[in-house]
Amino acid sequence: MKTSSFKIDGRVCTAETGLNLIEAAKQNGVFIPTLCHFKHLDPLGTCRVCTVKLNSRDVAGCTVRVADGMEIEVNTPELLDTRKAIIEMMFVEGNHFCPSCEKSGDCPMQNLGYETGIKFTRFPHLFIDRITDARPERIVVNQNRCIKCKRCIEEVKTFDGYNIFYSINKGNKTMVSIDYEQEAKLSELQAAHAMHICPTGAILVKGKSFSKPFGDRKFDAIIEEKTMSLNPVKKHRTTTKKKIVATTSLAGCFGCHMSMLDVDLGILDLFEVIEFNKSPITDIKNFSKHCDIGLIEGGCCNTHNIEVLREFRKNCDILVSVGECAIWGGLPAMRNTFPLEACLKESYLDSMTSEENETIIPNHEDIPKILNKVYANHEIVKIDHHIPGCPPDSSHIWNVVKNILFQEEYSIAYPKYKYD
Amino acid sequence: MNRTGLLNKLWEFQNKFGYISENAIAQIAQKLNVSKIEIEGVVSFYHFFHRRPTGKYIIYLNNSIISEFKGFQQIKAAFEKETGCTFGCYDENPLFSLFETSCIGLSDQEPAALINFFPFTNLTAEKVKTIIQQLKNGNSLRFISSNPTSKIQYLPPEDKTIFYRKYEMGITLKKLKNHTPDEILNLISAANLEGRGGAFFPTAKKWKSSKDSVSTKKYIICNADEGEPGTFKDKSLLNNLSGLVIEGMIIAAYISGATTGFIYLRAEYLHLLEKIENTLREFQVNNLLGNDILGIPKFNFNIQIQIGAGAYVCGEESALIESLEGKRGEARIKKYFPTEYGYLGYSTIVNNVETFAMAARIIELGTHFISTIGTKESKGTKVLSICGDVAKPGIYEIEWGMTMKEILHLCQATSPHFIQISGPSGICINETEFDRKICKEDLICGGSIMVFNNFRSITKILENYTAFFKEESCGVCTPCRAGNQILHEKIKKIKKGICTIEDLAEIKEWGKIIKLTSRCGLGQFSANTLVMALDKFEGYFNQKIIKTNENLNVEFDMEAAVYNYDSLIKDTQPPNP
Repeated sequence: MKTSSFKIDGRVCTAETGLNLIEAAKQNGVFIPTLCHFKHLDPLGTCRVCTVKLNSRDVAGCTVRVADGMEIEVNTPELLDTRKAIIEMMFVEGNHFCPSCEKSGDCPMQNLGYETGIKFTRFPHLFIDRITDARPERIVVNQNRCIKCKRCIEEVKTFDGYNIFYSINKGNKTMVSIDYEQEAKLSELQAAHAMHICPTGAILVKGKSFSKPFGDRKFDAIIEEKTMSLNPVKKHRTTTKKKIVATTSLAGCFGCHMSMLDVDLGILDLFEVIEFNKSPITDIKNFSKHCDIGLIEGGCCNTHNIEVLREFRKNCDILVSVGECAIWGGLPAMRNTFPLEACLKESYLDSMTSEENETIIPNHEDIPKILNKVYANHEIVKIDHHIPGCPPDSSHIWNVVKNILFQEEYSIAYPKYKYD
Repeated sequence: MNRTGLLNKLWEFQNKFGYISENAIAQIAQKLNVSKIEIEGVVSFYHFFHRRPTGKYIIYLNNSIISEFKGFQQIKAAFEKETGCTFGCYDENPLFSLFETSCIGLSDQEPAALINFFPFTNLTAEKVKTIIQQLKNGNSLRFISSNPTSKIQYLPPEDKTIFYRKYEMGITLKKLKNHTPDEILNLISAANLEGRGGAFFPTAKKWKSSKDSVSTKKYIICNADEGEPGTFKDKSLLNNLSGLVIEGMIIAAYISGATTGFIYLRAEYLHLLEKIENTLREFQVNNLLGNDILGIPKFNFNIQIQIGAGAYVCGEESALIESLEGKRGEARIKKYFPTEYGYLGYSTIVNNVETFAMAARIIELGTHFISTIGTKESKGTKVLSICGDVAKPGIYEIEWGMTMKEILHLCQATSPHFIQISGPSGICINETEFDRKICKEDLICGGSIMVFNNFRSITKILENYTAFFKEESCGVCTPCRAGNQILHEKIKKIKKGICTIEDLAEIKEWGKIIKLTSRCGLGQFSANTLVMALDKFEGYFNQKIIKTNENLNVEFDMEAAVYNYDSLIKDTQPPNP
C-alpha cells in the first residue's frame, strides 16, 4: 500500500494514495460534512456540501483522491460559511418542516444544520408545491424533502439490476421519480435500506415510520457536554434597573410560551431581574413601558400579526424570533405552497363539514384579513436574534435572553439545539 | 438497439407520433433492459421530446432577450390569437402546439420561431397571420419557411481573412499524406490554437493527450450544440464551410488515431442537416472519409451526425458525451478529461465547430501566415455573431485585437450601453470599456456580442438570463439548481421596486457561492453577468433601490399582501338582494 502525505489546513496528514478525501480526512481526524457521499458509491458530487479548497481551487471534496503534496483547506471561515450556505439552499429549496417529519432527529441533513449552526436561512424560502407520492407498494416518496443527492438512484436496484429511482425533468423542475413496476419487486429489506440511505425523510417505508419511531434519533445521543456556539448577538446596554420583557404569539400555537414556562421555579429567579410588560403571561394587553427585549412566537399570517409585530419593533430595543414559525413561517407556512384562494375554499366551501352549495367565506370588518402567504418575522421588521426549535428548549430561550440582557455566558447543550 | 441509439429512437417516435407515449417508453425500456423510469428520465430532460400528443405543427418561439426586445410578446400573442392555442399547453388543437424555447441561433433575424424545425424569421403579427393561414391551407413548410442564413457583414482584408476565404474540398487534407501525425500536431501547436467554444483550452494539448492515450478506441466529437443565447457563428460556419469543419475533424482523427467522429448538431439547426449530410457524402465519394483515406494505409475515419433534443447544458463537453451515450445530459464530475475517459469510456476529443475549421485553415495556410495576424496571445481571426440594437446584425470575422469601439462602429450600433460578450454566461461591459480589445490579453470572447442600447431595461436583460439558467441547469448539483432559482427571486424583487442596498450586496455574495461550488461551467458562470452588472451599472441600480427605515427594512406592503383575500371575499359575497 502506497501512502501519500498531504496537508489539511496546514497540518501534515497521511493516507493511502488515491483514497477518497472524505475518508482520508476522517482518518486524520478532520470531519468534512457531506450528504451525497456514501461508502462505496463512486463520488456523486451532487450535494456540494463537502466543498473544500484544493491547491486554492474550490472542488467537491468527495471527488478528490488524495495524492502527495496536495494542499487542502477545509475549515477556513469562508469555506465554513459556503458549506452552511449550501445546506441553507437545501432548506429553502424543499419544504423541510422538521417538526412534522418522521425522520427528524435521525436526519443527516438536519444534523448538518445543527453542526453548521443554522438558525435561520439567509435565502428566502421558495415554497414550491411538491407532491408526496404514496402510490408505490412499499414506500412513500415525499418530494418536499428530497435534495436530489442521487444516493437512492445509484444504490437501490432490484435483484435483476433495474433502477427503481431516477431523475426526471431538468433545471429547477428536476426531481427524483420512482418506477412503480420495479418498486413492487423490492424486498422489505431493500425498502428499509432505501429509507436508511436517504439523507432526509424523502423515502419512507409504509407502515414503519408511524408504528413506532423508526429511528432511534441517533443525533440526540451526542454527548451532553458538547455545547453550541452562539453567533455574535447585539448586546443590550447595561443598567442596574430591572429589565423589561414583552412577549407575544402571532401565527403560532403558544407552544413556545409553554416552553418559556417550562423553566418552572426558575421563573422566580427571573423575576428578580426582569419584569414582564405586554405578554400573555401577565395578560397586559398594551405596552405601558418601553421594553428592553421582545420575544415573538409565530410568523405573520394576517394583518393583525403585522400590526402587533410593528408595535413590538417600536416598543422593544431588541427583538427575538422564538421558534420555527417566527423564524420562517413554520407549520402555518405549509399553506404557502398553495394559492390563498385554494386554501380558503378548501376550508370553508369544499370541506366535509361545509353546507352544500356554500358560497360565503366568513369575513367581518373586525376580523383581521388573511395575507397572501405566511411571512417570516424578519421579512416584516428587523429581527435581532433567532432561536430555533419547535418549541425551543426552555433553557435555550432564557439563556439567550440572559446573554443579551446581562451578558451572561451563553451555552446551550448540543442536544437542546433542535429544529423540532 | 443500443443505449447510444436512444436519442435517435426517441426522435423516431417523436417525429412519427408527435409525442412519446407510455407505450413507446415501455417498448424501449424492454429492449434496453432498463426500467421505464430511466427512459422517462431521459425523455423529460430534453424539451423537444413531448410526453403528451402535440399538433401536426409544433411551433417553438424563441424567448431569448434579443427576441424579447424585438417584439416577442406581440408575436406570442399573435400566434395564440391565430391558432387559438395557448403556449405550453397540450391537447388543444390537432393542428398546432405552441411552445417557448431558448435561443434558436437566429438572433440576427428576431423575432424568430421554428415550426417543425423549419425557421421563420423577422416575424410580425401580420406575418404570423399569413403563416398560420398558409399552414391551415396545407401549404408545405419547406416552401413557406424563411432562409435562416446569417449575413456575413464584415471580413478583414483578403490577406488577413482566414475563415471566409475560398474553400476547396480536400486540398488541406492532401498535406496529411506528406506529414506524420506528430508533424501535423506541431503545426497546430505552433499556431497556438485554442478552443473556440469559449473555454480557450489549448487544442494541441488536448489532441496530444488523446494521441498519447492507450485507449483501444478513440473518438472525435464536433460540438455543434451552439446553445449560448445570442450566438450563431457555428451555424454560419456549418452553413458556409461545412467541408472545412469536417476536414478539421479528419485532421484531428489523423493525429489521435480516432476512427469514429460525431457531429452533435442541436435540433434547432436541423435545417443544416441536409447540407452537412451532402458534404459528408461528397467526402466519402472522394475518399476523404472511409477506409484508407487519401490512400494512407489504415487511416480509417467516419463521421455520424447526432441530433440533440433541446438542452443547453449539452454544450458542456461531458454533458454532451453523456447525451451521446443516450443518457440525461448531466455534466460529469471533473475527475478525468474526455481525452482520458470520454465517450463510452474511450479517449475522446471534443471541440467546437470553429476550432476544427481553424485547425484545417492552419494546415492549409501554414502557421507563418496565421502568426502574422492577431495579437501576441491570440493568433488569427475570430468569427463573431453580433446582434441586438445594431443596424447590421450578422457574422463578423475580425482580426483578434479589434477594439469594441471599432466593432460597434462596424455594426452600426445605436447608442450602445450594455454589451454582452460571449452570451449570458460571459461578461457584460459598459461605456467606459469600449476601448478594450477583443483578444486573450484583454477581453476574451467566445463568439457572441449582444448590443443593448440606452433604452433597454437592464433588469429585463438580467431577468431573462436568470430565468434561462434556472430552466437549463441540468439539476444535478444544489448550488446551480437552487441557487439560480433564488437569484431569480431577487431579480423579481428588483422588478417590484422593493430591493434594498442589502439585497444587491446579497446578490453578489450569493453569486459568488454559486460560482465556487457548482459542478460544471453552467453554474460557475451563471451568476457572472448579474454580479458584474451590479458594479458596472452602479448608477442604474442605485436608482432601483428603495430607501429603508431606520431598521434597514422596507415598509411592508400590506395592501399588496391582502389583495388576494380582498378580491376573493368580494367574489364570494352573496348577491345584493
